[in-house]
Amino acid sequence: MIEAVGLTKRYGAKTAVHNLSFRVRPGMVTGFLGPNGSGKSTTMRMILGLDAPTEGRVTIGGHPYRRLPNAPRQVGALLDAKAVHGGRSAYNHLLCLARLSGIPARRVDEVLGVVGLREVAKKRSKGFSLGMGQRLGIAAALLGDPQVLLFDEPVNGLDPEGILWIRNLMKKLASEGRTVFVSSHLMSEMALTADHLIVIGRGQLLADMSVKDFIAHNSADFARVRTPDDAPDQRDRLAAALTEAGGSVRPEPDGALRVSGLPLPRISDLAHGADVRLWELSPHSASLEEAYMRMTQGAVDYRSTEDTRAGLLAQPPAGYAGPPAGYAAPQAAGQTAGWPNPYAVPPQQTWQPPQPPVSAPVPSPAPAPADPMIERDSEDAR
Amino acid sequence: MSTPQHSQAVPPVPPGAHRAAPQTAPQAFSGPPPGGHGYASPIPVRRTHLGHAVASEWTKIRSVRSTVWTLAVMFVLVVGVGLLMALALGSQDGLGMPVLAGGFFGLMLGQLCVITLGVLVITSEYSTGMIRTTLTACPQRGRVLVAKALVFFLLSFTVTLVACALTAFLQAAMIEGKPVPEYIDPQMLNEETAATGQAVASAGEWLGATVGAALYVALLGLLSLAVGTLLRSTPGAITTMLGLVLLPFIVSLFLFTESVREFGEKLREYSVLNGLSSLFRIPFEGGSADTGWPLLWLLAGVTLAALIGAYARISARDV
Repeated sequence: MIEAVGLTKRYGAKTAVHNLSFRVRPGMVTGFLGPNGSGKSTTMRMILGLDAPTEGRVTIGGHPYRRLPNAPRQVGALLDAKAVHGGRSAYNHLLCLARLSGIPARRVDEVLGVVGLREVAKKRSKGFSLGMGQRLGIAAALLGDPQVLLFDEPVNGLDPEGILWIRNLMKKLASEGRTVFVSSHLMSEMALTADHLIVIGRGQLLADMSVKDFIAHNSADFARVRTPDDAPDQRDRLAAALTEAGGSVRPEPDGALRVSGLPLPRISDLAHGADVRLWELSPHSASLEEAYMRMTQGAVDYRSTEDTRAGLLAQPPAGYAGPPAGYAAPQAAGQTAGWPNPYAVPPQQTWQPPQPPVSAPVPSPAPAPADPMIERDSEDAR
Repeated sequence: MSTPQHSQAVPPVPPGAHRAAPQTAPQAFSGPPPGGHGYASPIPVRRTHLGHAVASEWTKIRSVRSTVWTLAVMFVLVVGVGLLMALALGSQDGLGMPVLAGGFFGLMLGQLCVITLGVLVITSEYSTGMIRTTLTACPQRGRVLVAKALVFFLLSFTVTLVACALTAFLQAAMIEGKPVPEYIDPQMLNEETAATGQAVASAGEWLGATVGAALYVALLGLLSLAVGTLLRSTPGAITTMLGLVLLPFIVSLFLFTESVREFGEKLREYSVLNGLSSLFRIPFEGGSADTGWPLLWLLAGVTLAALIGAYARISARDV
């Protein structure tokens, strides 16, 4: 059991973690989610006594970590797969950790077998892949047969077989009654592994609830509706009818409609009333990924901007011959308006019928919107 | 809800079962224990102490190549240069310096290897990130530092002592008994040499050239370890130590004008190099009565102060 009360960490003017209080209970896998820079690793380090909290406290089984008489026998942690001396073999790395807490050397062979590194045990860890490094870190965490386990991004760099292995391992450890606390940014992974979620953004607690509750609280179910591809007017008609009936309608990239706020039978009735045939009407529940994105939208520290390549297009210097022949910008000029984040669009946005083709981006005789780069390229051809 | 496992909350296990228990531990448990009180390892949890940390640090220091390389280079330098000195001195008719003094030149270079190893013992943990693993496994950080200092000091002292003793024996065997040239001031000679006119090493010279020299270099290495803990950077700590060892002596050579000469002499007298050369009875400054031991105790005091600073720093700081 891990308990944080009013945990706060400030680095100078920047507050990494602010007034965080939560409990991680034994017997289940607790996922620790948050965007990059939200304070997950800082919190993990404070739990392990590596960083001292500015305010508040965090205890494991009622004790601050640094007061535990034999910490590795009670808490196992994977913080950073590369936190090993590369010149030391996997076996010796684990052996010096085992010595530190009085664990017999035979246990080292055992955990090497558990993580599947027995064959490379005598090799220097410098040559390990990221996945092998993760396995070595997990071996170190398991060494003391601890009741509390912390994993910071454990599936980073693992292959699908490794991901499945760690997922089952964490579930098994939790089923044995241990406390398992896993940070990850892979929502799909947490949906399969975690029973409980603690979500933070900008160092503050956003949610502390079971996975099921989390999805229910943070997302609405929706229906996918598809009209015949050969009759676009039917789609517009249906969208109008559904909006009028109080539903929220959004187009999907493949031409289907995403309807929320209306039960399935009602959608069917409205379609019938509008004389629209349906090719698909299916219920969907939002994924954990979506619920998470919706929740943390406002708390993302690092947001990317669209690469418009304006710096490349502006006034090439004399003698600059332009990009080599055959180079084409991956996106047509008319489509660079922005990379759409489907979750950033508020669900209330209503369906706009497609504009008449008068407002084509470039009035050009070419059949497709012409790319100015390609045009200039052909002029420069030698 | 909390279960302090380090107390008697673990199920009773007969003392003999401890060794066999890990074999079955991961498989033995299925399903949470009743009451939702969490997991309890079948292996008893023992309180750890400094002995565990020393065993761990010994495993660490012997399992990296830098230890082998730095100490091997030091050994070769000390014995090799000592042998060359003995050969060179042996080809001359008289002996114008103490019998064991030739060991100084190899050790002057060899000490740089010990300094490098002392720095690497701690800074390699910071540069690789290993320090987070170590301090997670042993949150009693002072204990880790003390164990590191003990293991490194004993290892470097032993290896240096063997190298110095071997060199001293070689020199004694090859050049002892040579006549002392007449231009040497008899005041500078030890009693036996002055009486017989033949170069002989006294007991004090033997002690200084072996135990004293090894202790001095091992202390320098320990000071490097403390500096490495304070700076947490390999290049920073090695540069600092090289500056500390070499700069005062070099600077003192340029302080020869009247106004600063006295300061230059003091600087030279208390320089790290003068301490080592005095132990071999060839002081750069301070006269023949200076045996090097006072400077060795001074270095020990400085090292202790630096270690106390390092202890306070590593205990308080975020890693």
